[in-house]
Amino acid sequence: MRSRLLLPAVLAATLLATACGGGSGGAGNGDKTAAPAASGQAAATGSLTVWADDARAKPLQEIAAAFTRDKGVKVKVVQKGLGEIRDDFVSQAPTGQGPDVVVGPHDWLGKLVHNGVLAPLELGDRAAAFSPVALEAMRYEGRTYGLPYAVDSIALLRNTELAPQAPASFEELLATGRRLVDEGKAKLPVAVPVDPKSGSPYHLYPLQTSFGCRVFGTKPDGAWDPAGLELDSPGCLRFAPWLRGLGKDGVISTSLTADIATDAFLKGRTPFLLAGPWDAATFKAAHVPFAVDPVPGADTAPARPFVGVQGFFVGAKSANPILAQDFVLNYLSTPQAQRALYDTGGRVPAATAVLDQVENDPVVAGFARAAQAGVPTPNLPAMDGVWADWGLTQLAIVQGRGDPTELTTAMAGRIRAKIAAG
Amino acid sequence: MTQTLPTQPPHTPPRRHPASSGERRPAPARHRGLGGLATRIVLLAIVDALAVYGLLALAADRSWWMFGALLVGTVAVNAVYAGKRHVPAKYLAPGIALLLVYQVYVVLYTGVAAFTNYGDGHNSDKPDAVAAILAHSETRVPDSPVRPASVVARGDRVGLLVTQPDRSVRLGWAGHPLEPVEQPVYDAGGRAVAAPGWLALTYSQIAGRQKEISELRVPVTDDPNSGSLRTADGISAAAYRSTLVYDHDADTITDRAGGVVYRPTSDGVFAAPDGTRLSPGWKVFVGLDNFERILTDQDIRGPFLGVLVWTFVFAGVSVALPFGIGLVLATVLNGKRLGGHRIYRSLIVLPYAFPAFLAALVWQGMLNTDYGYVNVSLLDGAHVPWLTDPWLARLSVLAVNVWISFPYMFLICTGALQAIPAEVTEAARIDGAGRRQVLRHIKIPLLLTAVTPMLIAAFAFNFNNFNVIYMLTGGGPKDPDAPIEVGSTDLLISLVYKLAFGGSNRQYGMACAVSILIFVVVAAISVIGLRRSRAFEEQT
Repeated sequence: MRSRLLLPAVLAATLLATACGGGSGGAGNGDKTAAPAASGQAAATGSLTVWADDARAKPLQEIAAAFTRDKGVKVKVVQKGLGEIRDDFVSQAPTGQGPDVVVGPHDWLGKLVHNGVLAPLELGDRAAAFSPVALEAMRYEGRTYGLPYAVDSIALLRNTELAPQAPASFEELLATGRRLVDEGKAKLPVAVPVDPKSGSPYHLYPLQTSFGCRVFGTKPDGAWDPAGLELDSPGCLRFAPWLRGLGKDGVISTSLTADIATDAFLKGRTPFLLAGPWDAATFKAAHVPFAVDPVPGADTAPARPFVGVQGFFVGAKSANPILAQDFVLNYLSTPQAQRALYDTGGRVPAATAVLDQVENDPVVAGFARAAQAGVPTPNLPAMDGVWADWGLTQLAIVQGRGDPTELTTAMAGRIRAKIAAG
Repeated sequence: MTQTLPTQPPHTPPRRHPASSGERRPAPARHRGLGGLATRIVLLAIVDALAVYGLLALAADRSWWMFGALLVGTVAVNAVYAGKRHVPAKYLAPGIALLLVYQVYVVLYTGVAAFTNYGDGHNSDKPDAVAAILAHSETRVPDSPVRPASVVARGDRVGLLVTQPDRSVRLGWAGHPLEPVEQPVYDAGGRAVAAPGWLALTYSQIAGRQKEISELRVPVTDDPNSGSLRTADGISAAAYRSTLVYDHDADTITDRAGGVVYRPTSDGVFAAPDGTRLSPGWKVFVGLDNFERILTDQDIRGPFLGVLVWTFVFAGVSVALPFGIGLVLATVLNGKRLGGHRIYRSLIVLPYAFPAFLAALVWQGMLNTDYGYVNVSLLDGAHVPWLTDPWLARLSVLAVNVWISFPYMFLICTGALQAIPAEVTEAARIDGAGRRQVLRHIKIPLLLTAVTPMLIAAFAFNFNNFNVIYMLTGGGPKDPDAPIEVGSTDLLISLVYKLAFGGSNRQYGMACAVSILIFVVVAAISVIGLRRSRAFEEQT
């Protein structure tokens, strides 16, 4: 008897799942036709789906609630893993089941535009409210696709008890660090996080650019040029042996993972850490006395870290294009919304007005200065293929597996071939 | 890897049937009560109601394939459960439904995708691609302002009402350039919201006509070079000019600036005669192209053989060694002579309780050259490159995988040993067999019969053991001179991952094609293995 009851129940559940899966698109269609053409009734006016990762979902929920109150539009904030949002968006948007708005870093842009899933955004006068580097990051092939709200970059975190003075150059930094190690006050002169599997192009980029070694050249309008890979430029060929020198001396080690590096700084075992803003809260909570400065250069050119810009994007196949644009352009762009995002997320604001309000926080101010010196991470779709070769070659150079110059030249050749193959 | 263990307890006495004399077994319930019938009707009704809802939703969405599938499914469910017949089907139907949804559909999808160029830049259909190309080519007229605008309607027609900086107001609609409006109605903010004959749309009305409004283009003047006004958010408008025009009948895209004509190609993009391509493209069937590339591409063929050999070694050792360890432990702990064997058993099963990928990550940290527990604490500060030397990395990957999988083998062997009836071993003893002989000639052959299918399954699983490789070494260490990113510990499956997703584009079609080839390899091995072991043959 029991099993006879159970079977239809299981089936009902299965069918329910199927019905729900197919139903949401239909519901969207229903909304469209349900709005009466002539009556002035402001009933439910549609709904928006926003994809955000866990760090962003909560502050968004509050702003979304305000939008719902004012405009009667339901906003569903779906929390997803940051790693899944981009690829899921690319594969789901064509089916019409994708989100109306997504939150993510600007370096997704190339891939998203290349797949035709993003709608251009016209910021208009609102653009004046944001820092130039944030706006530059949100442009792809001459069009703007995202509304920025936060900027991240690598900076130099310094334990002020061990090193009261900010070093003017990387050489000075190393001298201080080595002295502290000799005196027994620290274990590592500096902690540069390296992933043993994929290297550390991101953390090493400020040092590399101080040798005049950029990843790509730029077009006249300042955008990255995918045809102009510069990873084997003369500057890069000077950087490679220098990097090998650091590896030989044990200053940079391929086994110093981000976890170990962070832990070393947390416990005062190193005076300097190259890091983004992600762990600043941990250090604060642990009462580590630290200051944040831009990464000093190791050679004559300016040290320019990569800047990641977090922003909001509107889907090209959104069933609610006007509502989505209204939400992003007229709600999320306001100083209040940008401030709310800062208050819960704590990231360096991309809106200059909000940055002015919070500049008395030395950590935010420090990361903001570091980002101002930086360049947006290339948002070219080709970057996916660049990171892997770039990082693996860095690992080989640091470990001394081959001649640094030859490794660098070979890497550039491989990456060019990959980009050409598409 | 969720095989069930044989659960028959070892010393159950044969069940005695109650003597038929005097005792009366209750007759099977031939006709169920009214309650059962009612429950069945209610449940079927609920299922049907949900199905009808799903059908309506799918029809509104024009998903006719899904509509058909759901319709057939619903009819089948009703046919099976409504009547008293089809009793076996009543039990099989849920399983079959799940099989169709989770297995057959996925397999078919993979099979179809392998013959397409589905991937980055080709992720949707042609109309989507055309729309995206045109949207991307639409640029704002230089130095044109963003003006406050209202969406207004007259009957079915929507128009844009634009307030100029000097408070003068202009109105236009599709194909009808802006012209001045007399006596407009302003809102409190000084923005015109209505004009004679034209009604302002409320926010919910705008929401109801979003597609129409976002597609609305109002020419600024008669001169096409001055661009067209469009609104993105319903409250402001700006002038845009499009450089590209799509000709629906000729199926071409023309660049107005240079007169270049882009035509669709067989691989799903619009391309100019000089080879310039417009992005994005769309999904098309490319026949056997993906398979051809795998079999002829030098970058793939070069490392393929080495990876194939290593994959067999990895999968073989990952089955043989844990099985050996598991068998020995199970035999030792199966006897009751060892004190506290229950505690040992629980401890041995512990690694199995860890999620495999978590275990791999923990091991990655422990095997770190300079800071890992193994080198620092166990080897007193040695710097053994466990994961960065090619041969040590292979050894480490195997060692960790053995650690992860031996508890499973131990469980299986314990279960199989306990399932061997005590009478058999007793009989062997009486016939004069020693402990070792019993093990070798009685227990192990019986045990092997029981576990061989599981060993084959374990082999197939390890053949594609992506997690352990990816988490521990990422396939590396990689030879920096190799043409493609293939490392010493890469299995076929992680090679596929890198081929399909490691370049600048994600190539799903290609990934599907390689998975099909891997399936062929694994299936062949399994079939040969099962044939030889005769594991699935009925025992007579």
